[in-house]
Amino acid sequence: MRHALSTRLWHWINALAVVVLFMSGLTISNAHRRLYWGHSGFSPEEAWLHVMRFPGWATLPMFRYDLAEARDWHNTAAWLFALGLLAYWIVILVNGHFRRDVAAGPRAYAPGAIWGTIRGYLTGENRRTEKVDYNPLQRIAYAFVLGVFLPGMVLTGLAMSPGIEPAAPWLVEFFGGRQSARSIHFLFAFALLGFLVVHVAMVFVAGPVKTLGGMIVARPGKENAHG
Amino acid sequence: MAEIGRRHLLAGLAALGAGACSRIGESESATSIFDSAESWHREAQRALAGRQRLAPEFEPSDISLTFRGNGSLTVDTADYRAELSKGFPNWRLTVTGLVDKPLSLSLEALRALPQRKQITRHDCVEGWSAIGEWTGVPLSSLLDAALVRPEANFIVFRCADTLYGRRYYESVDMIDAYHPQTIVAHQLNGENLPEKNGAPLRMRIERQLGYKHAKYLTGIEAVASLDNVGEGKGGFWEDVADYQWYAGI
Repeated sequence: MRHALSTRLWHWINALAVVVLFMSGLTISNAHRRLYWGHSGFSPEEAWLHVMRFPGWATLPMFRYDLAEARDWHNTAAWLFALGLLAYWIVILVNGHFRRDVAAGPRAYAPGAIWGTIRGYLTGENRRTEKVDYNPLQRIAYAFVLGVFLPGMVLTGLAMSPGIEPAAPWLVEFFGGRQSARSIHFLFAFALLGFLVVHVAMVFVAGPVKTLGGMIVARPGKENAHG
Repeated sequence: MAEIGRRHLLAGLAALGAGACSRIGESESATSIFDSAESWHREAQRALAGRQRLAPEFEPSDISLTFRGNGSLTVDTADYRAELSKGFPNWRLTVTGLVDKPLSLSLEALRALPQRKQITRHDCVEGWSAIGEWTGVPLSSLLDAALVRPEANFIVFRCADTLYGRRYYESVDMIDAYHPQTIVAHQLNGENLPEKNGAPLRMRIERQLGYKHAKYLTGIEAVASLDNVGEGKGGFWEDVADYQWYAGI
């Protein structure tokens, strides 16, 4: 599959931002390793989850605890992440990429369509056929990542900022309070990590040279539907 | 072409990982990128919330059962302990610096001034939140009484407590100084401030994180620049650990 310049550009900018955000986010999680629901919470009894301490190799900065620097990384990469996502959404709505290739209509959720895709993965049939289109599972995954999880990270992030709340108190209410927004931010981050693991695994299953190449360069030759 | 492009990209991604980031993070150019990004947050938040928009206020039923104390939990001097045991009869809050009429106020004098009561959420930079009802004097009325001069750009909060052997202090710009919810609080949940929460006086800066809310408050100082205050970064944690001066995010 080949991708438009806008998709290739955003994909890698976003990948960079997500890695920085995730790793610095682990440092921020280490600063207070409990999650709560509602507006407030600080004691162990109030917590719904006691979070593990993330090891030094997974955090940013690495192998040392520096909350101030982690927050700088996080709040800086957040601009790249949020503005990149906004720009990409505008582009794919305008150029039809979302409607044509990503939007998962009711048919994508049909048990037959999903089962057929799974069977295709298990038998290897999906790999043998030259793909011209995203399969139902890909559409569902990409639609949820683009439509729910990535924007959800931006919105829950904003909802945690005491300087944003006076301007948009409804945003914090929507998530059920600041500590709920923080919990959802954490859960969505790990949902995105789950996506990333499957995504990268699929790149290797499908052939990393072909798939990575398609996400990096526009190969000369005949255009296809995703050109 | 394709190979070169990919190699560059992979090299870039590899540099991203590992220790590279840690070293980048401490370089001067990274610090200036961080500072720019953080100042965009401040500009964006100020543009969206303006000068007057309030932090949300809560119902009495939302108040946290206990209000966590963090950072300094006391002032470790014999004077403070003596004052604490007697209800702070000799504590004074001074208003000095770029003012035409410096003030020195006892707790009694502060309690006699018009008060504001607000049930607000306190958000620590570490991630936790607690809700409490604060009673105190709006900072704006003290600044007006002291006749702050127009050349003042920042208000510095002087504190009695020390951490790592240094005196705690904080500062805000005039927008947050004159914000209606910025108060010098002397009560939490209807009682005199507990020792761990900053007795007898602490700041409430409701649109910023907890480290801005200076405790054990002794002085309010109007200044034109923060360069000659502390180490010049505008606050204890800013000086000691490079936390951002603007803490609205």
